[in-house]
Amino acid sequence: MGTLNTFRAGPDETGHFGLFGGRFVAETLMPLILDVERAYTAARQDPSYQAEYDYYAKHYVGRPSPLYFAERLTAELRKDAADDKGAKVYFKRDELNHTGSHKANNVLGQILLARRMGKTRIIAETGAGQHGVATATFCALFDLPCVIYMGATDIERQAPNVFRMKLLGAEVRPVTSGTGTLKDAMNDGLRDWVANVENTFYIIGTAAGPHPYPAMVRDFQSIIGQEVREQIMEAEGRLPDALVACIGGGSNAIGLFHPFLDDKDVRIVGVEAAGHGIPTGEHAASLTGGRPGVLHGNRTYLLQNDDGQITDAHSISAGLDYPGIGPEHSWLHDTGRAEYVSATDSEALEAFQLCSRIEGIIPALEPAHALAHVCKLAPQMDRDALLVMNMCGRGDKDVFTVAEALGVKL
Amino acid sequence: MSAPSRIERRFADLKAEGRGALVTFVTAGDPDPETALELVKGLPGAGADLIELGMPFSDPMAEGPTIQASSLRALNAGMTLAKTLDMVRAFRAGDDATPIILMGYYNPIYIYGVERFVSDAKEAGVDGLIMVDLPPEEDEELCLPALKAGIHWIRLATPTTDDKRLPTVLNNTSGFVYYVSIMGITGTKTVPVDHVREAVARLRRHTDLPIAVGFGIRTPEAAAAISQAGDAAVVGSAIVDAIKAELDDHGKAKPGLVAKVLAFVESLSNGVRSNRAA
Repeated sequence: MGTLNTFRAGPDETGHFGLFGGRFVAETLMPLILDVERAYTAARQDPSYQAEYDYYAKHYVGRPSPLYFAERLTAELRKDAADDKGAKVYFKRDELNHTGSHKANNVLGQILLARRMGKTRIIAETGAGQHGVATATFCALFDLPCVIYMGATDIERQAPNVFRMKLLGAEVRPVTSGTGTLKDAMNDGLRDWVANVENTFYIIGTAAGPHPYPAMVRDFQSIIGQEVREQIMEAEGRLPDALVACIGGGSNAIGLFHPFLDDKDVRIVGVEAAGHGIPTGEHAASLTGGRPGVLHGNRTYLLQNDDGQITDAHSISAGLDYPGIGPEHSWLHDTGRAEYVSATDSEALEAFQLCSRIEGIIPALEPAHALAHVCKLAPQMDRDALLVMNMCGRGDKDVFTVAEALGVKL
Repeated sequence: MSAPSRIERRFADLKAEGRGALVTFVTAGDPDPETALELVKGLPGAGADLIELGMPFSDPMAEGPTIQASSLRALNAGMTLAKTLDMVRAFRAGDDATPIILMGYYNPIYIYGVERFVSDAKEAGVDGLIMVDLPPEEDEELCLPALKAGIHWIRLATPTTDDKRLPTVLNNTSGFVYYVSIMGITGTKTVPVDHVREAVARLRRHTDLPIAVGFGIRTPEAAAAISQAGDAAVVGSAIVDAIKAELDDHGKAKPGLVAKVLAFVESLSNGVRSNRAA
């Protein structure tokens, strides 16, 4: 590959980010996917669509979310750093969105599109339940029937979110195939869609799936990075030195990263879930421990065996427990524009408790992985450096999981 | 012009005979590699005109519960893509006439290596490929290399494939066209024959290739009617269910599984054969 003028132009018209992406779906879905692409292209050029998005983003979701200087965490991380080290840590507070995570940014964009397309039924997959709750919420708001596919394993470990979805009027369908986690929920979402293409819109929750989903989800989530640019300019008068976000499928991360991809002095770091540790094989780090393959409509890095069978991911965080990653991250990885690291279950648990104790913010287990890496990275950066971490979800849903991991009986 | 392929010869012979074809689907390695090979070897004798062999995949997104489970049984019994090709080789040693079509998902082939796969598949005696997750938009991945190697590329057309899209779907399709008669996953709904006739008539306006119809055909009567409405009836989930019915509590094959499943295939075949054009 030659030198790129920009990292922000992808995908190409066939939905590829270099080797990655594409449209690897059954013929039954192909006409519909082309429809979604046409409708989305038209919507983007229609000011009334953007105006509608902006209205609900402001008045219903609560955007913009704050960019918060985590003063006590910064001080804490400076304690063991050299005198001139210890970056200023900022949190992008997307956990303050309505429904408690960044997922609302994307669901809002897609459900407005579904309405424009005249679709009358919404389906979605969910892992931690954050995307399911966001989808159920907007379906309640817009009076659309909603079916959420969720792995049976996840239903067990995310009980509060399951009940939330039901309160919001959604039907939660347990998925028992495979390991009963996010990948299996996505398989069943696609199966439902194939059977109900005429009236149904599939709101995919992460920046993966067939084109145009990875680009579309990224566009909706990019509001995160766009706000950070403005907010950090206001607070510090300059762009940050580093961005850190956790990655399952990678939608919150691509949303933070994308507006900064062409600012070459901004270091970009994605944090995958290392589960019990990469060497154990029980992890969800597709870039660190996988290789390119084709699943769920796109080519990307996948956890798989030598026969091309997809293997099970493991993470304490249901939202990161996915054997793939959005194709744009695979491309950013291979081009070297972004770096990808990992944090284990126990590192994330440490960070979860630290943040709760000294910042008064109970993070979701997903961004707790990002925070675990911030705890390593910030002390190595200069004292006047600026680090922005995406606090992409709040941890109310995780208190039972964390209590169990810490041996506390509730 | 190269010599007619096994698929072309088979459809020409059946046309002369005045009847439609029975295409039988089983998953390679279900419930275990040995039983599956014995079963596949017996299919032509039981009346299968073409054999569609599923390549097991961990995440078969267009399959219903029946074929998902068969894929999982095969994988748990140690089946791999390399072993599927071995199975085709073993079958070909005793049968050089019955076409074998591999059906599946792209990832195992991508990992095996596309060039290596088309060459090994051709050498093993594979006649065609049906790839669920490779639409025309991704033809450069495997379709063009397969055609170049002399392997037929059999595309799925569906109720959502409208007249505008049909030419795109039929371009690079060879051997026959597989019409998926329902919107949905395998083994979940049944097909009204009238709808199939209309759909086949629509396809005929766009192609001279034989048209096989599948998804939702479960009985000899349905197979007979559908094979007459098109050029072939594909039966999959019903055969896989017959396999499942002969498993013990641990998912292992009971004695007599092969004979029972072949008897079912024979009943389908009798249906198809009884329904000749006048």
